[in-house]
Amino acid sequence: MSAIRHVHRRDFLKTGALGAGGLLLGFRMPGAAAAAAQAAGPAELNAFVHIGADDWVTLIIDKAEMGQGTVTSLSMLLAEELEADWTRVRTRFAPVDPAYGPNQGVFGSLSVRTSWNRLREAGATAAELLVRAGADRWGVAPSEVRAENGAIVHTRTGERFRFGELASEAARIPIPPNVAQKDPTQFKLLGTSPTKLDTPAKVTGRARYGIDVRLPGMLHAVVAQPPVFGGAVAGFDDAAARRTPGVRDVLEVTGGVAVVADNTWAAMEGRRALSIDWNDGPFASESSATIRDYFERLASEPGAEARREGDAEAAIAGASDSLDAVYEAAYQPHASMEPYNTVADVRDGACDVYVGTQVQTQSRNTAAETAGLAPEQVNLHSQTMGGGFGGKSRDGYVVHAVELSRALGRPVQVTWTREDDTRHDAFRPAAYVRMTGAVDAGGWPTAWGARIVCPSFAGLRNGIDRTAVEGIADIEYAIPNIHVRYAPPELPIPTWYWRSVGYSQNTFFAESFLDELAAAGGRDPVEVRRRLLAESPRMLNVVNAAAERAGWGEPLEEGRGRGIAAVNNIGSFTAIVAEASVQDGRIRVHRMTCAIDCGHIAHPGVIRQQIESGIVYGLSQMKGGLTIDDGGVVESNFHDFEVLRFDEMPRVETHIVESREMPGGVGEASTPPTAPAVGNAVFAATGKRIRKLPVRPEDLA
Amino acid sequence: MANIEFTLNGQPRTVDVPEEMPLLWVLRDIVGLTGTKFGCGMGLCGACTVHVDGAGARSCQTAAVNVAGRDVTTIEGLSDAGDHPVQQAWIALDVPQCGYCQSGQIMTAAVLVRNNADPSDADIDRAMRGNICRCGTYQAIREAVHRAAELSGSGGGPAPGSAA
Repeated sequence: MSAIRHVHRRDFLKTGALGAGGLLLGFRMPGAAAAAAQAAGPAELNAFVHIGADDWVTLIIDKAEMGQGTVTSLSMLLAEELEADWTRVRTRFAPVDPAYGPNQGVFGSLSVRTSWNRLREAGATAAELLVRAGADRWGVAPSEVRAENGAIVHTRTGERFRFGELASEAARIPIPPNVAQKDPTQFKLLGTSPTKLDTPAKVTGRARYGIDVRLPGMLHAVVAQPPVFGGAVAGFDDAAARRTPGVRDVLEVTGGVAVVADNTWAAMEGRRALSIDWNDGPFASESSATIRDYFERLASEPGAEARREGDAEAAIAGASDSLDAVYEAAYQPHASMEPYNTVADVRDGACDVYVGTQVQTQSRNTAAETAGLAPEQVNLHSQTMGGGFGGKSRDGYVVHAVELSRALGRPVQVTWTREDDTRHDAFRPAAYVRMTGAVDAGGWPTAWGARIVCPSFAGLRNGIDRTAVEGIADIEYAIPNIHVRYAPPELPIPTWYWRSVGYSQNTFFAESFLDELAAAGGRDPVEVRRRLLAESPRMLNVVNAAAERAGWGEPLEEGRGRGIAAVNNIGSFTAIVAEASVQDGRIRVHRMTCAIDCGHIAHPGVIRQQIESGIVYGLSQMKGGLTIDDGGVVESNFHDFEVLRFDEMPRVETHIVESREMPGGVGEASTPPTAPAVGNAVFAATGKRIRKLPVRPEDLA
Repeated sequence: MANIEFTLNGQPRTVDVPEEMPLLWVLRDIVGLTGTKFGCGMGLCGACTVHVDGAGARSCQTAAVNVAGRDVTTIEGLSDAGDHPVQQAWIALDVPQCGYCQSGQIMTAAVLVRNNADPSDADIDRAMRGNICRCGTYQAIREAVHRAAELSGSGGGPAPGSAA
């Protein structure tokens, strides 16, 4: 990656059709600029495909990579239609540029979904330019010429030119509109699982993440932030910090005090020596217990209507069997292995920012605002991320580096320690949900009620945060009476998107409670779902596939149980059957069988990895979460904030259902059904119902 | 400050740093080898694992003074061409996702495979338990360690431990 360094901001010339896909393809440099650039490097066929005289194809990745395989998947979309030689493909992250749309970023498991047509079109268009250049050379019609594995072939004679031989000519041909793409049956690369392009660099230590950026003259900083949410700096004594060897400066920054030093460790030592007087503010007396009391109070208030069909209250009142249960989930940090960090280099009228971010455009704009520059004066250099999980779709962590570099006139790297990352992240909010429901005399669910109390993830509209109610209000199940209400607590604890967002907890509540209804009606959990999903064929299909592959109903080892859960999110349909037991007061998960329908697929290997990854993320939120005391986060590092470890990894089997539908997302597909599938398996094994995340030993006793 | 002499990836090296400075930061900020990662700073996650005299060590918990006169190997020095059996296995099974923890995973696995020609799943779980992966590559790593052990046994790369 980043093998080529010469491409900077450019004037793009719009020549093509405007449209969802055509918009991006129409941009290319004007003739004179193109000629100059070609003297220096590869020919730019469009905003995504550059080809060098050495035949190397450089694919421009306008999304970001955080382990979800985007660099490889997007390259495959381009290379498939381009007919590139996959062994001569390299990639580079795009700058922030209007050529790549108004809001570059990776979130919502959208990368392949939003690129499927756009990048195949870009690849096909670039191939067409090469075909026309070849046809011109031979003096034949383009229809007599085809692209094939890094070459342009004259079909009748078998003569060929390598891509590199035609690239500069191809770059001068006007971009044609409406170039045909392959029929999926013609795919050679898509649907296979080549080794990911960045794997070799990641096993040799050569891969560079944001935290690895080293610039000449760069200083290192850490920032002390208020221990209490809503707190502020009242004053500080930096004498001891300044005496720490290697410390260069101590400065107040937005919301904290920064120690700047020659190296990261000196900055951390300097921060330890700081004496800060904090103005804690009114939240200092709050704790998980007082927050829970507040949530509980809100749960009995009317709240805003999230969904209402039929008359759930009447159905419950008149039912042969009704249920009422409280479910809860704790605040969660994202806890990427690479903590938040940014390098900024602010100079007169310019700023370079080096950061692993899920929101490139927004991070660029925040850096500009902080530096007092126009957005166009900021160059954002996208870095590979050591995990993101939604946390790096918030851009606040670029601010301190820009402030410090601006103040000191040198490049500055700000690194968050694990403690900073755990305590000062923006968190998946805690939730308190009262579920109510009823079954009829036949044992089938007839009513579905919920009072959701959960701080808004990222804002309200008409009193509702759709994100905070997703997973409960939008269930696929055909239950005739539904009433879902929502009340947003207001707290100074920052909240943000976290892998699978509202579904990360609400699917746990919904799928566990559905299991409760099934048990109350004396019905098998798979049987209930089949009946309620009769009109939802894709969802029904994955439920059946997971149950079948897991051997649902077949005998199990003594002490083990099976549980099922399913979700429809991010344009995909996912079901998981868990096999679990309780040993020595802890849940032991033995096997997870997942079936997913995510439409057309780019790279099955990446999909399997994302399913395993999402399951691990889901199992982790069963194991560890955050508690609040004295107005701040109690946990600080991996000894008290526990995440899934190696010896707790179950066997995971992933079944990808064949589908010709448009691609769905996969990065957030398997997290939601993980906890409820396991909780339901624990119920099957022990009769103990899990209603809280994380699961504490007392919840299993 | 003290001049500390040690061997780094086969080459003699002298650094002028405070004695108590963790090896992790000596490597990353003084020497400029950034393949060794900072994950927790408390020896809890394994991202910073290196070899000291051939044994796995958490570089965030290893004071610079304690490597004086010793032999330190980082991910950059595990093999000359990125072809240590563990690295070969990691590529064959396409293990990394974000990849951030993988330097530490690989350095831990390299010690395991050198000491145990045919590790069981339980051996692997025990050896790897201290290395956290938030992307969830555990299942792929388990398989890759088995593959690495096979490659080590069949002479599919440098002799185990030759680079450590």
